[in-house]
Amino acid sequence: MNEDATAARGLWSDAARRLKSNHLVVAALAVLALITLLAVAAPLLTPWAYDTLDWRHLAQPPALAAGHWFGTDRLGRDLFARTLSGVRLSLLISVLASAVSLAIGVLWGAVAGFAGGRTDGWMMRFVDVLYSLPYLFVVIILTSLFPRDNVAVLLLALGAVGWLTTARIVRAQTLALKRREFIEAARALGVTPTAILLRHVVPNVLGPVAVYATLIVPQMILSESFLSFLGLGVQEPRASLGNLIYVGAQEMESAPWMLLLPATFLVALLLCLNLLGDGLRDAFDPHER
Amino acid sequence: MPSTLTSAEPPRGTPPAVLSLAGLGVTFDTPQGRVVAARDVTLSVARGECLGVVGESGAGKSQVFLAVMGLLAANGRAHGSARFEDTELLTLTPAALDRVRGAGIGMVFQDPLSSLTPHLTVGDQLSEVLLRHMPVSADAARERALTLLERVQVTDPTERLGQYPHELSGGMRQRVMIALALASDPPLLIADEPTTSLDVTVQAQILALLAALKRERGMALILITHDLGAVAGLADRVAVMRQGRVIEVGTAARVLKSPQDAYTRSLVQDARRLDATADTSTVPTGRVDDAARDDAARGPVVLAVTDLSVDFGVGHGWLGARSRLAALSGVSLELRTGDALGIVGESGSGKSTLARAALQLLHATRGRVVWLGRAPEELPPAAQRSLRRDLQLIFQDPLGSLDPRMTVAEIVTEPLRVHERALDARARLATVLATLARVGLAAELAARYPHELSGGQCQRVGIARAMVLGPKLLVCDEPLSALDLPTQQQIVTLLGSLQACSQMALLFISHNLALVQRLCARVLVLYLGRMMELAPATTLYAAPRHPYSRELLAAIPSVDPDIQPARLSAVRSGEPPSPLAPPSGCVYRTRCPEARAVCAERVPTWEEPVAGQGIACHRWRELS
Amino acid sequence: MLSYALRRIAGIVPTLLVIVTFSFAIVRLAPGGPFDQEQPLAAPVRANLERLYGLDQPLPVQYLRYLGALLHGDFGPSLSQRDFTVRELIGQGLPLSATLGVCAIALALLIGIPAGVLAAVWRSRRTDFSLAALTALGIALPSFVVGPSLALVFGVWLRWLPVAGWEGGAPRYLVLPLVTLALPVAAYLARLTRGSLLEVLRAPFVRAARARGLGGPRVLLRHALRPALLPVVSYLGPAIAFIITGSLVVESVFALPGTGRFLVQGAIDRDYPLVMGMVVVYGALTLALNLLADLAYGWLDPGARHE
Repeated sequence: MNEDATAARGLWSDAARRLKSNHLVVAALAVLALITLLAVAAPLLTPWAYDTLDWRHLAQPPALAAGHWFGTDRLGRDLFARTLSGVRLSLLISVLASAVSLAIGVLWGAVAGFAGGRTDGWMMRFVDVLYSLPYLFVVIILTSLFPRDNVAVLLLALGAVGWLTTARIVRAQTLALKRREFIEAARALGVTPTAILLRHVVPNVLGPVAVYATLIVPQMILSESFLSFLGLGVQEPRASLGNLIYVGAQEMESAPWMLLLPATFLVALLLCLNLLGDGLRDAFDPHER
Repeated sequence: MPSTLTSAEPPRGTPPAVLSLAGLGVTFDTPQGRVVAARDVTLSVARGECLGVVGESGAGKSQVFLAVMGLLAANGRAHGSARFEDTELLTLTPAALDRVRGAGIGMVFQDPLSSLTPHLTVGDQLSEVLLRHMPVSADAARERALTLLERVQVTDPTERLGQYPHELSGGMRQRVMIALALASDPPLLIADEPTTSLDVTVQAQILALLAALKRERGMALILITHDLGAVAGLADRVAVMRQGRVIEVGTAARVLKSPQDAYTRSLVQDARRLDATADTSTVPTGRVDDAARDDAARGPVVLAVTDLSVDFGVGHGWLGARSRLAALSGVSLELRTGDALGIVGESGSGKSTLARAALQLLHATRGRVVWLGRAPEELPPAAQRSLRRDLQLIFQDPLGSLDPRMTVAEIVTEPLRVHERALDARARLATVLATLARVGLAAELAARYPHELSGGQCQRVGIARAMVLGPKLLVCDEPLSALDLPTQQQIVTLLGSLQACSQMALLFISHNLALVQRLCARVLVLYLGRMMELAPATTLYAAPRHPYSRELLAAIPSVDPDIQPARLSAVRSGEPPSPLAPPSGCVYRTRCPEARAVCAERVPTWEEPVAGQGIACHRWRELS
Repeated sequence: MLSYALRRIAGIVPTLLVIVTFSFAIVRLAPGGPFDQEQPLAAPVRANLERLYGLDQPLPVQYLRYLGALLHGDFGPSLSQRDFTVRELIGQGLPLSATLGVCAIALALLIGIPAGVLAAVWRSRRTDFSLAALTALGIALPSFVVGPSLALVFGVWLRWLPVAGWEGGAPRYLVLPLVTLALPVAAYLARLTRGSLLEVLRAPFVRAARARGLGGPRVLLRHALRPALLPVVSYLGPAIAFIITGSLVVESVFALPGTGRFLVQGAIDRDYPLVMGMVVVYGALTLALNLLADLAYGWLDPGARHE
């Protein structure tokens, strides 16, 4: 057999090519990598921890010489350390919550779509009911039920509600796929239903799901920051971009850097992730434009 | 310049041209550079004349006339000249062009469902055009709309005015499109593939309607199509286009009977080969009438279907109540080794439902299906699955029937993985390659993905997948309708040779009677899910007994311009009834010219005058 | 159309019931009951209080009483603010929050849809790019960043508008909150409208309408716009949810006395009747608004009514 691997293999290489030519996306990827690197390396770059109090420098504006590159807050904590600690925490929580919600959503949607009939009806009615609540309300309720400084609970709450949209999308994809003739062809061949699901359905659904996955992460970051801003998420003294911005908003008339610096990081993260997600979607489905 | 173009100018003494194109070219600016869709097109059409423009898809036929109407896509450019009644169209302002469009030139498009605005009623759309181009009041516009609908033979016109496009059948929608185009009495009508997505009987009706309208109004008609039969019935002159150029022009009689260009010749020959009204002794040699062989010579029964019925529940009612749609009613047939049975019928006839119910891919409401002597529904799922290796299916959509994420090799290997577990990788590969060779695919294609193949190649892969296990029955569900003519020929030949070598049974489903004739010894005609007639192919085509079979055969266009116009004017009107509310008694009676009172009272029983033949009609004895 | 509307309305009832049941479950079964905050009470006092609030009845009876009370609009007493019932508290803040929400949606629609239509019609490289940039920003910027930033620019530096507060209810206190709330939705609507309209303008029926000589503006408005708005109307549901959750932040940032603070503060203080009362009210509101969006969709697309 001719091992013609170079001859335009499949949709992945096509998509990768389109992605590389999209300069905006490449820039976004670069910025994202930079921020992540900074966040991970932060403890090595600065002597201050996120909760160390420096009595001599309270509410100082950013000053490269004094060692507090982003300034300090009212309690004398170094904002560089706090901001980047916040970035780390936000990224960690969001990625994990996204993974949880993706896992649940994909399974739920694929089973509902593939099973069809009554099972599908009940499964999706459940999703519809949960969907009808502004989901943040449910998250708020869940976090209020448990002791508040529990990151695991926050994670679970975010992931447990975020799977709804994934489930809907996966189910729609699965339904559309079920009608495609190659699924019928597999049945006609005598392939078992499980094998059809695993060999034919899932690989074909993963494409759109992968694209959607990159758009979930910024949503999770947003939700987590939102909760922390309101006081229900990450608690003091731990830093999250959300609660940093909250404090910054209070102090913005006298110390604007306390708002602007964490805000810039949050906006940069969200913007880059959204651009990346959009770029991926365009790369896989060029009809979008 | 080739001599075939000297007759581009109409003969002296004919009326002046309504539309004349001179050196018209169309180009598109794409990211890959400039693409030329048409070049140096010089054509004209006069009042009362029909010009047929034929060619394969991609030949540029539609683009030329879209350019004339100023409807090219944003990245398209037209140059040259297009004169309509002394006005140069290509240089008009958009406002002036709007006045010509609709009032001067009317256009009918291919797919009426997507060419009618979905959220406006028929009446709204008609009134809108009338009010735009004519100085009439709203009430007068409504009156005119009704008259128009009547003229295009729309049933219940008053009711239709308030309906939305999706509530109408395909034929009805196309008639509405024609009414819209004719609303302000334009001197020229351009019809771009007006019949392609319609059933063959409806196609014939629409073409007959266009012919009648042309005669009545003395208007010029441009018919763009790849169907030479349509052209034979309607066109006075024919222009053949290929790769953006006009390669031959002349009267219909000359071009179709004695084409001078080589390409035109091959087009006409291909079309003739599928012409059912021509030589009926085109049954492939070696094919013997199945019923004539005695039972001993015939093989064992591969598939036996008894009184099969399939009902679907559709629509919403209160508390989930649904209307019943009888997609299939009481169909019985039997196939033995080596048989080739064709199933023909139009949309709504239940052909695809039959294929799927026979293979138990659909749940049958009533009736029995027996595979190779065993009833699959009585078997446990695993046993049923293992029986499937002997009954295979190929599909209508060549690309859609292949998993886009699997290579050709993986696709054809899958049946082996399911049913021949014992084979090792090398043996599997050898089998796969051998099967690919058998269906005419080069071994290099094994590593390709479906989207990298042509439609014909995809269909061959589907056939390879079906053939790799050496099945005893092959069911083909409209496998050719998505392919172009030359590819259809090749696949038909392939199927014929495969069937002849391996003696497998063939169940070939199609709406195209001409193709069925080439492959099948017996033909079953379905209408609205019920059997109408079963006969050997030769008998059916030469002397059809059932009125519906006669209507079907009369609707197949002939490529002979001497006889087709007359056949076209003999076409009967009549809408297919809704499958949700089938007529009482014989379901065909609403369109049958021979219907009597008894036809409405009782459902005709299935009679078998000779073994292997059957008919369901109250009056067949009197009529033959 | 009527049967479609009735079907849709009927579909809401089970969802509402689930929300209410969920609310009841949380209120009654959550850890940390109403009397656990202070020092432990003496047993007979506790028993009396429980009898007073009906907490000694079996659960099914409590459930029915809860349903009955809801139908009267009685959500029970607030646990954190002992002098008020939940209904009174919500009643205090609802007018402001409702005004904010409705005006925000209206503003977003009024800005977003025309912007999208114009962008689709004037297809030039510069408008495309600037619109893409604006919408990307609008979508990525969270309201709790935009709000304080706008307050910083317009309130502190330029002093054109008040930074926060709601003294006397003068309209200028609503300007910044409205803009903060409506901006992301307007941006998304613009992008959605543009993309959808571009696609519809390529559709065969639009070409056929032009072929009938109906003229550009008429074709655009009468034939192309309605189908193009379908995805926009579909988005209204999520948009409403977005605005509702966004109002929580906006009310917090701009210190507006709406109902948002009750939800957040109630969650922090574990005042379950208050929190669940809010959930029921907002849930019902969301369902009602989604119903309107659904009905609008059915009106726009005759084909959907028969599905």
